[in-house]
Formats: sequence, C-alpha cells, structure tokens
Amino acid sequence: MEKMSRVTTALGGSALTGHTMHCHLDAPANAISVCRDAAQVVVAGRSIFKIYAIEEEQFVEKLNLRVGRKPSLNLSCADVVWHQMDENLLATAATNGVVVTWNLGRPSRNKQDQLFTEHKRTVNKVCFHPSEAHVLLSGSQDGFMKCFDLRKKDSVSTFSGQSESVRDVQFSIRDYFTFASTFENGNVQLWDIRRPDRCERMFTAHNGPVFCCDWHPDDRGWLATGGRDKMVKVWDMTTHRAKEMHCVQTIASVARVKWRPECRHHLATCSMMVDHNIYVWDVRRPFVPAAMFEEHRDVTTGIAWRHPHDPSFLLSGSKDSTLCQHLFRDASQPVERANPEGLCYGLFGDLAFAAKESLVATDSGRKPYAGDRRHPIFFKRKLDPAEPFTGLASSALSVFEMEPGSGSMSWFVDTAERYALAGRPLAELCDHNAKVARELGRNQVAQTWTMLRMIYCSPGVVPTTNLNHSVGKGSSCGLPLMNSFNLKDMSQGLGSETRLDRSKGDTRSDTVLLDSSATLITNEDNEETEGSDVPADYLLGDVEGEEEELYLLDPEHAHTEEPEYVLPQEAFPLRHEIVDTPPGPEHLQDKAESPHVSGSEADAASLAPVDASFSLISVSHALYDSRLPPDFFSALVCDMLRFYAEQGDVQMAVSVLIVLGERVRKDIDEQTQEHWYTSYIDLLQRFCLWNVSNQVVKLSTSRAISCLNQASTTLHVNCSHCKRPMSSRGWVCDRCHRCASMCAVCHHVVKGLFVWCQGCSHGGHLQHIMKWLEGSSHCPAGCGHLCEYS
Amino acid sequence: MNRGGSSPSAAANYLLCTNCRKVLRKDKRIRVSQPLTRGPSAFIPEKEVVQANTVDERTNFLVEEYSTSGRLDNITQVMSLHAQYLESFLRSQFYMLRMDGPLPLPHRHYIAIMAAARHQCSYLINMHVDEFLKTGGIAEWLNGLEYVPQRLKNLNEINKLLAHRPWLITKEHIQKLVKTGENNWSLPELVHAVVLLAHYHALASFVFGSGINPERDPEISNGFRLISVNNFCVCDLANDNNIENASLTGNSFGIVGSLSELEALMERMKRLQEEREDEEASQEEMTTRFEKETKESLFVVSGDTFHSFPHSDFEDDMIITSDVSRYIEDPGFGYEDFARRGEEHLPTFRAQDYTWENHGFSLVNRLYSDIGHLLDEKFRMVYNLTYNTMATHEDVDTTMLRRALFNYVHCMFGIRYDDYDYGEVNQLLERSLKVYIKTVTCYPERTTKRMYDSYWHQFKHSEKVHVNLLLMEARMQAELLYALRAITRYLT
Repeated sequence: MEKMSRVTTALGGSALTGHTMHCHLDAPANAISVCRDAAQVVVAGRSIFKIYAIEEEQFVEKLNLRVGRKPSLNLSCADVVWHQMDENLLATAATNGVVVTWNLGRPSRNKQDQLFTEHKRTVNKVCFHPSEAHVLLSGSQDGFMKCFDLRKKDSVSTFSGQSESVRDVQFSIRDYFTFASTFENGNVQLWDIRRPDRCERMFTAHNGPVFCCDWHPDDRGWLATGGRDKMVKVWDMTTHRAKEMHCVQTIASVARVKWRPECRHHLATCSMMVDHNIYVWDVRRPFVPAAMFEEHRDVTTGIAWRHPHDPSFLLSGSKDSTLCQHLFRDASQPVERANPEGLCYGLFGDLAFAAKESLVATDSGRKPYAGDRRHPIFFKRKLDPAEPFTGLASSALSVFEMEPGSGSMSWFVDTAERYALAGRPLAELCDHNAKVARELGRNQVAQTWTMLRMIYCSPGVVPTTNLNHSVGKGSSCGLPLMNSFNLKDMSQGLGSETRLDRSKGDTRSDTVLLDSSATLITNEDNEETEGSDVPADYLLGDVEGEEEELYLLDPEHAHTEEPEYVLPQEAFPLRHEIVDTPPGPEHLQDKAESPHVSGSEADAASLAPVDASFSLISVSHALYDSRLPPDFFSALVCDMLRFYAEQGDVQMAVSVLIVLGERVRKDIDEQTQEHWYTSYIDLLQRFCLWNVSNQVVKLSTSRAISCLNQASTTLHVNCSHCKRPMSSRGWVCDRCHRCASMCAVCHHVVKGLFVWCQGCSHGGHLQHIMKWLEGSSHCPAGCGHLCEYS
Repeated sequence: MNRGGSSPSAAANYLLCTNCRKVLRKDKRIRVSQPLTRGPSAFIPEKEVVQANTVDERTNFLVEEYSTSGRLDNITQVMSLHAQYLESFLRSQFYMLRMDGPLPLPHRHYIAIMAAARHQCSYLINMHVDEFLKTGGIAEWLNGLEYVPQRLKNLNEINKLLAHRPWLITKEHIQKLVKTGENNWSLPELVHAVVLLAHYHALASFVFGSGINPERDPEISNGFRLISVNNFCVCDLANDNNIENASLTGNSFGIVGSLSELEALMERMKRLQEEREDEEASQEEMTTRFEKETKESLFVVSGDTFHSFPHSDFEDDMIITSDVSRYIEDPGFGYEDFARRGEEHLPTFRAQDYTWENHGFSLVNRLYSDIGHLLDEKFRMVYNLTYNTMATHEDVDTTMLRRALFNYVHCMFGIRYDDYDYGEVNQLLERSLKVYIKTVTCYPERTTKRMYDSYWHQFKHSEKVHVNLLLMEARMQAELLYALRAITRYLT
C-alpha cells in the first residue's frame, strides 16, 4: 500500500500506461536515458542523437540534437545521461574523448552547452550526481575519471584509477560523496568525491573487464556489477570488505545492468555480444531469468527503466536501430517453459523423480512401469514464504527402487558393444546387427534390421534365415528362430537353438559373399516352404503398426520398453569419410547384379504397388524385380525410427540412423536427430561405454554432435612426486622440476603414449615396452616384477 | 660460426637482385660473396642477439616448455630480446598449435603453411612442413592445394583476403565456409583457423621485418622443404651500415644529423604532450588527418631494389615463388591501399564499434575457449611493453610512440580510432620509418636490410625488434577484428 501511494505521488497522480512497442531509428543506438518525467527518452549513438516522446501507442520524435551540416566526432556518442533533477540538462560522452553537456532550454537550434575536452581517449561513461544539480562525472579509456562542475569551464578534480581504462562510473544514490568506478582489469573502486588522491576501497570483482555497475536504489550498500566473464555479481559494500551476496551466471558478457524499481531482488541485464535478449533476473534465483525480452535482432546496447518507481516499463535501444518499450507483463518467462521435472538415477538403478505435485498426482495411475515395481516415497518440500515462485516450488519427489535384476540393462551394453555401425557394406552391417539382436533375444529389433537390409540393399543377397525370423516373432517364448526348417523341431530346446543360430548366421554370411546367385536359388525355395507354414498376419508388412501391436500383445516383451534401449556397435576404427559417403559403391554393384536376378523371378513384378499389409515374402520378391527405389520406403523407415525412439529405444533409432546415413538423414529433422544422439550418447556414457559413445559421436552427421568431440579434449596429469597438477606440460613438473614419466627402457621422457605395468607401476614408451617384453618377462626397471603385456 | 664459404650452394641462400644478376650474367666468374652475419637475423649483428641470450636462462626454460620443435629457433632468439613478451607469444602459439582445440594437429600446421605462403615466407613454411609431417600429416598434401581435401582448400579465399585486404571479408565469406554441406567448417573450427591464419600472416611480417635467417641445420630433407632463401640480396646486406646512402630519407627529417634526429623526435614528443592541453584540432581537421594519413600511405611506396621492376623481368628466376605458390591460389592478389579504392566509401572500420576488448575477445573465447585470454594478454603485453628508454636516453615515456605505431598499422587497414589525432603519426614517424612499417605490414616479402637500417639510426636493435613486435601484433589484431566482425555479422 505504501508503495502504491509512492508510485502515484511520483507520477503526479496518474499511473503510467502504454504498450509493448518499438520504433525504428535511423542508426544503431549506443545508449539511452530517460527523462525524469518518464515521458521522454534520449537515444544516442555514433550517428544518432534524438529525443523521443513516449506516447500511449508509439514513440514520437521530438527533437534531433544532431545539428549542423558536418557531423562532428563530438556527436559520436558512447554514452548519454539525462539529469534526474533538471529535465533540460543532458550530458554525452563522445568516442573521441569529449564530454558535452546540452541544455534543452536554449532557444537556438543547437542545444550544445559546454564542451570538456580533457580526456585523451574515448569517454566510456558519464553520470550526473543524483541530487546535486551541477556535478557531472566521467570515466574514460585513458584511465582517469573527472568530476566537472557545470558552472566552471574545467574539471574540478581528476581521479586516477592507477589501473587500466575506466568502463563505468556511478554515483551512489544514498551516500552523497561516494561513487563507484569499474575498470578494464576487473577492479572496482570506491571513491570519495572530496578525496581525489586515492580511492577509499578497491577490490577485484571480475575476471576481465567490468563493463557496468549499478547501485541498488533502496538498499544502500548493494552494488551490482557485470563483466566480460559473463557474470553479474551483487556486492554488499557496507561491510568492511566488499562481500559477494549473489552471483548470476549469464550466457554472454554483460554490457549493462540495471536494478528493477520496487523489486528488491530484480535486475535487468543485456549483453555485449552474441546474445540479443534482455533478461530480468531474480538474484536469488540465478539460473533461470525471471523474464526475458526478445524483441531485438541485434545486441541491446542500452536499457533503462522508464520510471524510478514503476517496475513494469523497460526501455531499450539496440544496434539493430530500434528503440523498444517492453512491458513486464508481456515478457516471456522462461520459468514457465522450463521443465519443472527432475530425474536422476541412483548408483544401484534407483530412480528419483521430482515434479510438480499436481502432475504426479494425476499421472501416477498410468505410468507404464507402475504396478509392482514401483515403491514411491514422497517428500514434500517446505515452502519458503519469501520465495517468489511458490507455484513452482511445491513439488513432490518420488523414488522408485529397482527390483534386483529386473532393471538389468545388459542387453543394452551388449548391443552397444556388438553392433557394427560403419566400415562395412550396408548389407553386412544390417545382417550383423540383426544377428546381434537375435542372439540377445530381441527379435523385433532383429527383424527390423533384416527389413532394412531388404529395403536398402537390393536383391540377391537377402538370406533366407532372416526372412524366417518374422515367424519367430510370433512364438510366445520370444525365442529367436533361425530357420523355418527348424521351427517345429526346435521349439522346445532353447539352448541348442541359440547355438544353432550362431552357426547358421556365420555360414550364411559366408555364402553370401561367395556366390550370391547360388544362395538366391536356395532362398527362394526356403521362402516358399516357409510361406506356406506361416500365418500371414505375423509377417510385418507395416512396420510401425504391427510392431506396436506386438508389443502390446506380448507381456514378455514389456521389459524392452524401458526408457533406455540402445545401440549396437563394434569398436571399428572408423574414418570420417565413411560417414559422409555411405557405401555408395556397393550399392551400385548390387544394382548391376540385379538384372539377371529379376529375370529368374519375373512372377513377382505384379506386386509392385506396396501395401501395408502384404506379406513379407512378397516384399522381397517385389524388391528383386521391380527395384522400387529405396526412397519409396524412407517415410516408413522414419516412422519406424520415431517409433523406436518413442518407445525409449534410442539405441535402435540412432544405430539405424548411422547405418543408413544419407538414405534417411534428410527425412528427419536435425533437431530430432540431435536429440536422439544426445540421449544415446548420454546413456552410453552412463554405462561407461566410452569407446562406443565416442564412435557414435564420430559417426554422427549432426554438427552439434560432432562438436562434442572437439571440446575439452585435454587431460591433466598430476606429478607423481609432489602430487601437484602439471599444468603447462604433461611431462615435467614445474614445482619439483622432475620429469614425471620416464621410460624404463630408454630412460627418456615419455611425451606421447605411456604404458605402464599395473603391478609394479613401471612403464615407458609403448614401443619400447612391447619390444622389451618380447625378449624378457621381467620389468625393464629391474624391480623384479613379472610384467605382462597384453 | 661455420660460414659456408662461397660455394655455389651457399649462394643460393640469398636472392639475387636484378642488378647483381645482370652483373653475374655478364661475367660468370664473379662469385657472390657471402653475407657476414650468420646469426639468427640478417639485419642484426649476431653478437647483439647472442649476448642477450647467454644471460637468459629464462628463455631456454620457455623454449623447453612451449616450443613445438623443441629447439631454440631463430625467431625465438630474436624475440628473446624481450623476454617478457616472448613468454606470452610462445604460450599463445603453443596453445593454438598443440593444445585443446577443434582442429587436428596436422591441419593446424597446414593452415600455418598456407598463411606463410601468402607472403612467400619460406622460413615459416619449412618449419611447418617439418611439423606437419611430424604430427602425422599426409605427405601428399605438401604437393600443393590440389591435393588437400576440399574443406581446407575452401580456406584459401579467406586466407587471401585476410592476408592482404582484410576489409573485404564479409559475412557471405563466412557463410560460404560454414554452410557448404559436407565440406563445411564448424564455427569453432573456423575461429581456430582464423586465429592461426592471422597469427602466421603477422609472424611472416616479423620474420621479414627482422630479417630472420633460415635455420642453420635443416633436418634431413624430406623433399618438401623449399630451398631456404632469404629474400634479401647479398649486395643489400653487404652495404651494411650504409647510412648516408639511404635514398629514402629524402624528406624533411632526412638531412638532420643522425644524433640530433633522435633529439628532434624527443623534442616533438614533448611538444605534442604539451600542445594537447592548449591546441585542440577541430573535428573536420581530425577527419582529414586520418584521411590524409591513409592517403599518404599511398605514396609511401614500398618498392625498393629489384622489386620495383615489373614482374616479367625476373619471373624466370623466381623459383621460390613457384615453389611456394602451390600452397596458394591467385598469387597476384596483394595489398591494395585502403584509401585508393577510388569508389569512395567502403566505410572505415570504427575501432570503437568493434573493439578487441569488448567484442572480439568475447566471440573468440566463446568459440575457441581460452585462446581469448592468451591473445588478450599478448596484445596487452606488447602494447604496454616499455623500458622507458629511447636509444641512449632513459626515463622516457614512450606511450605516444607506441600508440602511433600501433594506430598507424591499423590505419593502413582502414581501422580508425575516434579518439586519436592522426597528426601525431606525422609528427612522430619519419618517412623512412613509415616506408618500413608499410612494407613490413603490407608486403613483408619486400623488406630489405636497407629499409631496416634507414630509420632510427641511433636506436638499439632491441628497440627495432620492439617495433617489429608492435607491428606484428597490430597487424594480427587488425586481421582478427575484421574476421571476427564478419563472423559476428554472420551470427546476427
């Protein structure tokens, strides 16, 4: 209530009104400042210096202060400030080091009042005393701050920062004599205006230049500073040593910072580079901005709250040559878009899940894995009454315990390790992966691989065994069936079957390589026999629909639905090139072979129009003959990938994506791909499958992903003697001046690969050790240990 | 040390200027005498450098720590005259060649080779050919640009512009590199490449500017090394200390006796310092002064000795050029005066609108972490480096002089500081020095010992090296600013 009344008095009885609006300036702005009546704003830049009236619906240009025919450098403004006591008085800082004052009361067209040319370099900032009419302060690149009395022609006093360029100067609002200045070297100094000889206090606030500072309008001791190190810090200056109260980490260097009126913990920031938005932060909540204004298309250079007692209007000027008025209620609030859920795995597979209470309550009924495995424990967080974000703060935490064994992800690890993703022709990759999946009892996945192979690798080489797989699917025991001939005989003995599987798989690939036409013929026979045995419904024509059904029908498969599925891979040394040019040549070859194949199987030609429900066998035939372009299926394949991803099996989605490469990549949007990749990589790393994850990163075609491998590739080592990190070089310790890793064989420093025995910890150059151990089984250092090298 | 005698092979170490060549053609029996200095630099007497070196353990320590080749090369030796600077130089160079970064090691060296080739700097090329092979580069690439992947080849355009006319770089160039399907560069990679290019262009300036000699004991030739050549003709070097001969000092300062020359300079500095307070130039005058300075640099012709002859005159003899040219395309593309581009305004780059400290740093550091800090430190170091001496005088504030040098280089690349009075440049930098600066920054391969000798006769060699350091860093910063500005524009 008290506040309200204050606002109204300050506004002279009428509250501010207005809309979010913007107007185009002719040139980029460098700074803006508001008149104390909150109805006018001045915009200054290299080639603009104008006053705009802020009206209900729009900005109206009121005055152009840039007069004269020849633009003078004195008018190239780096900063501008409007006196908060006298609405006729303005001051600008020019890039050539001149400080100019302007008197709007002058009758002539040229309102320029005084010119101070005392600074030798660009003046970065000017600041009027908040309560004294004639005192002006300036800070310049030359490292000096000067205090001017506007009634005199020269500066009254000069303050030397004794360090580098001054970036900002601000009079304290409460302490009559105090001002703060910030420097390019990261320091902040506090001065008493009466004592130009030395500063009252100095401390290092940031790493790198401190671009801006702002005194809290109410809290007398608080100073906010923003720097190139992307931080905003709030300091309490009342204590003996400046104390850091809050720290906000932004995403780009902070160019301006302004406390929000009437909101004790809010401040607005904009950045100098890269990021164009204006953020309003609650300093107690330093990770998510409370509000965000996204109107500008280029960096925002100046921000100002329209009225010192009204928290809802923010004005901003930008390099994109626009002046904006932002309304707080129109701001976008990242918090709302943020995921208010948190999810974390414990060491033993326990899962903790925090979400809004309401969400948990409604959801609990339909969690797929709810049922027996779930033992939720609820915690409720005590609410802090001062906490402004009450709505979001009430959350529930559920913990799900893992039943021993139930969450085993060994299939994931196995698949990830054994899948082959590149380095071989597509057909082989598919076969291999299908085999892997089959051996792990994941028939559906295996089937998918087989299908892919058929779709993308034209004729000839589709082995029968794969086809038969679709039959296996149907069996309730979920066992992989290799061959229809075996189907009946073998359905009892699990073990033997699997073994058989393997051997079949192997021989099959051999034959394929040897003579494709020969296999073809046998295949054909098999297919036919098979076809007669198999109920057509089980054959997967429509990948998506059918599979889904299978999942639903078959409770045994339920475990496969758990959120993490993953990839298959084998640790092949892969080259980048392969990624970009997927096995194109083989493809051609296959095609070349197809003519004679199709000749022998002319009957299938009629099946060309592909329907979701046709049988598997016909698919293969159709492919052989009419050679449907693989593109034909890509939509289907994409749907299939999405299906897997949604099922939680990113492993499959990503593996297929990699294996198929160019063939499907373009049909799935970049973001989705990126999302899959990141999820999969995350999973792999969780399982310590570093090699695999690295391979995936390498093979990924998404730029954002392949960048992952290019960042933080440094490994730091500690000295083996003094245990200090060896920061500069990896082989000599700066501290104890000893070489850390000597080769036990040649007694030289090892700068590259260092291999050592885990038994006696002696080691050396890989080559040397290998050689040594060929001839001797003892440690080369002579310690007597029997080292082994494998 | 072991001078090679006057065997023909040793003679190949130096280029022959047209005059000498004519003489040689006429009379085959004349042997070219070998240059006298065999220290790290052809310009600086060996003892000057070596003296300083033996004292300096620190240099050795630094070399051990940061050198990629593991030896004290000539550049380092000459730079060790300024040990403070040397550390930040080596550290940043080591970082961009060997540490965490988006580009594979061999690529980094190949980019260095491409950059050095723009200025036909065989010294740097040889150095990096070795390193390239050592880090596992594919030897085939060294046959020339046709043999490298398209991706690296695409860098050629930006290399060319950056080296000679950085103001022409636009966001379209960046776009072309970043968005070309399979051969695209990621932004971090591009920034890394740009930093390398700028670094090696600038370093080439230093190599020529300080007359760095070829390394004495090239490791076993791998077939890709170029014949180590200095671009100075022996006759040029033989004219040692030929002060009177300096045809270039023909303007007002030239006649002043060399000792009073120094005093005159100091006098002018003092006067400028005082003048500041009372006389203030009008705006228009300031603008014209900048323009005058850029324009005047037009007439500062750098051609000296044989280089001023039309190309055809010595084309057949320019073996090195053809050797080097396999790493570049469009070898004819060179520096063109910023002011000349007749059609008036390609706008000057306003330094205040895109500064290294505010903008360049943030961008570089964002895309290629930590290099920003290292470069920042290096720029600061070179800008603030001073011993408060000038030749024989002590306790002199040389800030003005340093700033004039720095800004003059930027001025030639069209970068203008609002808060600088370009009249100062005229006052402080004599004509022969301007010639030298322009040559070193814009056409380093044409630098001659005569140019090096013709300015500041009283100054110590270490001070001239200091000048070279300033020129090098100013040039690097200018290139970076243009490239980074284009990237920023591409991003927005």
